[in-house]
Amino acid sequence: MPTELPPTRHDATPPKPAPGRPLHEPKRYASTTPVAAPGQTYTSVTDTVTGVPLRKHQPWQWLAAFAVGFLLTMVMLTTIVYLLAKGVGIWGVNIPVAWGFAIINFVWWIGIGHAGTFISAMLLLMRQEWRTSINRFAEAMTLFAVACAGMMPLLHPGRPWMAYYLFPYPNSMGLWPQFRSPLVWDVFAVSTYGLISLVFWYVGLVPDLAATRDRLVQQNRGTRAWVYGLFALGWRGSARHWHRYRTVYLILGGLAAPLVISVHSIVGLDFTIAILPGWHSTIFPPYFVAGAIFSGFAMVLTLVIPIRTLYGLEGMITMRHIELMAQVMLVNGLIVGYGYLTEGFMAWYSADTFEQYMMANRMFGPYAHVYWIVIGCNVVVTQSLWFPAVRRNLKVLWVVAILVNVGMWSERYMIVVTSLSRDFLPSSWGSYAGTFWDWSFFLGTLGFFLALVFLFVRFLPMISMAEMRELVHEQGQSPEEKLRAETALDPPGGDGASHPTASPYTHEETAS
Amino acid sequence: MEPTTPHTLPNEAAPPSASAPDETMAEVPVYGLLAEFETPEAVRAAAEAAYAAGYRRMDAYSPFPVEGLAEAVGFRKNRMPLVALSGGVLGGLTGYVMQWYANVIGYPLNIGGRPHHSWPSFIPITFELTVLFAGFFALFGLLIASQLPQPYHPVFNAARFLHASQDRFFLCLEASDPTFDATATHAFLHAQGAVTISEVEP
Repeated sequence: MPTELPPTRHDATPPKPAPGRPLHEPKRYASTTPVAAPGQTYTSVTDTVTGVPLRKHQPWQWLAAFAVGFLLTMVMLTTIVYLLAKGVGIWGVNIPVAWGFAIINFVWWIGIGHAGTFISAMLLLMRQEWRTSINRFAEAMTLFAVACAGMMPLLHPGRPWMAYYLFPYPNSMGLWPQFRSPLVWDVFAVSTYGLISLVFWYVGLVPDLAATRDRLVQQNRGTRAWVYGLFALGWRGSARHWHRYRTVYLILGGLAAPLVISVHSIVGLDFTIAILPGWHSTIFPPYFVAGAIFSGFAMVLTLVIPIRTLYGLEGMITMRHIELMAQVMLVNGLIVGYGYLTEGFMAWYSADTFEQYMMANRMFGPYAHVYWIVIGCNVVVTQSLWFPAVRRNLKVLWVVAILVNVGMWSERYMIVVTSLSRDFLPSSWGSYAGTFWDWSFFLGTLGFFLALVFLFVRFLPMISMAEMRELVHEQGQSPEEKLRAETALDPPGGDGASHPTASPYTHEETAS
Repeated sequence: MEPTTPHTLPNEAAPPSASAPDETMAEVPVYGLLAEFETPEAVRAAAEAAYAAGYRRMDAYSPFPVEGLAEAVGFRKNRMPLVALSGGVLGGLTGYVMQWYANVIGYPLNIGGRPHHSWPSFIPITFELTVLFAGFFALFGLLIASQLPQPYHPVFNAARFLHASQDRFFLCLEASDPTFDATATHAFLHAQGAVTISEVEP
């Protein structure tokens, strides 16, 4: 089974280089590798992508990952029940640190979601074709991350069942929200973000649901075909529909791109508008947006690297995607590092005692270990991405991505806890540590996220087939290649590993 | 009488008059003739030729958006940008007016002596609601203009149509078109290089 690839340039070297281009061009590695591996046809795209949700049996790794996610989801639900019964006192929050894990997790989760929107919307508008095979997956990740993030501020108020007070609605008390507060902006930003991400994702999904429906009809699996058909809305690929569809998709991309910037800027403003040392800084909105994209790409890599190997999707999510994602991570990591540098510089340059103390406290105070974890993971480890060997080594890159996730969570911990625990008056200082229920809730949301991701992989086409077919069309589909791929399932070019139909999973499905 | 299986022509067929089943098509009401093509270029060329030959009631079906195909079947008015724009304008106005009403008329609060109508603070939510309304208008505009969801459509009756969402391209010339003539249209589609031609039951 050729799915486990050695961390080499194996599946990335095109067998047939474009005319006039030398065979090996290491320096322009990324730009010479096609975004879809050679030999893909319209049929092979459909077979490979629908092959995953339509398999009769999922691999054991799927079950194992889902089981872990499911168990942790139960932990999350238990925590929520206990929280509702006892109140937020079960968490470590108190005065002065009233924003504990809930806000740290909220900012972290919403940031993870941002990579999905960045990939689907920004790269769509910039006509970056490589987004195509990862955008669906990344958008799904956005939705699940927003679901996890949304729970945090909702459960953080003392009485979560009153959370609807956050929304403006005419009520008998004559009360309205105070719209000059960034916390109210957050309510609108996050709920708009969740809804628009859902619309964007679903609109993208409709033609692929139709393809899955038709595939199921061919396999005589009527009940499932009915369910997929219900959500496919009777899509039939009419030229008129496609024309409007494309316009709407671009409009949604154009709306989502500034939206993603606004959401994390508003999250940054939640902090900035307070006058607390370490928070009251104009750099927060851009620094938060870069941090969000940084951690989001790390999460995409964390999930995509194992899943593409597990399902034999190397022909669609090629090494070029992996490498480009690593590069985006590097750029955002550098912006985040610049943010840390600016914070330090401004603390010194402001000549403000409290700012200077805040910085010294971060570096050498009771939470110094958090600061150095942040610097280590987000600044030092990220520099390894300068080296192509690291970007092309899946195992090393996976570890780097995990470390960046840890580093970005720690960064939010650092920002929230160090500033709140020691503000202006030493008499009001305090300390903070997460309790068991803080950790169980955080780990529970991680499991919830994992469970949702694996359910998505199990039931929905995780790569946009319509867009992949467009790419195949643009890259040219030669008739011989097409014939060979459709009839004999013989991988063209003799490169078995790079051809998705060589995967055993698709064989068993295409046979039926 | 009912032609349930698609009528398939061999690739290098005899003249269409020899294979066209004109004895059934004259009697049975059909929705139209569905021609299958292998490439997007072929279906676009066929659609352009059909338009030039005077056909108007037709549609093409493809597994991915094909550049110029909608124009070839005679699609002219795409109102989606206007729909989204009106949604955005409505959303922005809603957002701003709501905040102004709530904080100036409905429940004025003195926050550090700042004016009730602090317009810069109202911008973020105005922007968010602009995006929200524009997105939903675009979505529902798409669904309403395309008459979706539509679980039943005659083209689904053709067995080969299962490939329209996967790997083949189709052109359907509808029988309600005045130019439509079972035999002549069949011959026309065959001349365009259709791989298969099937009658679509209404």
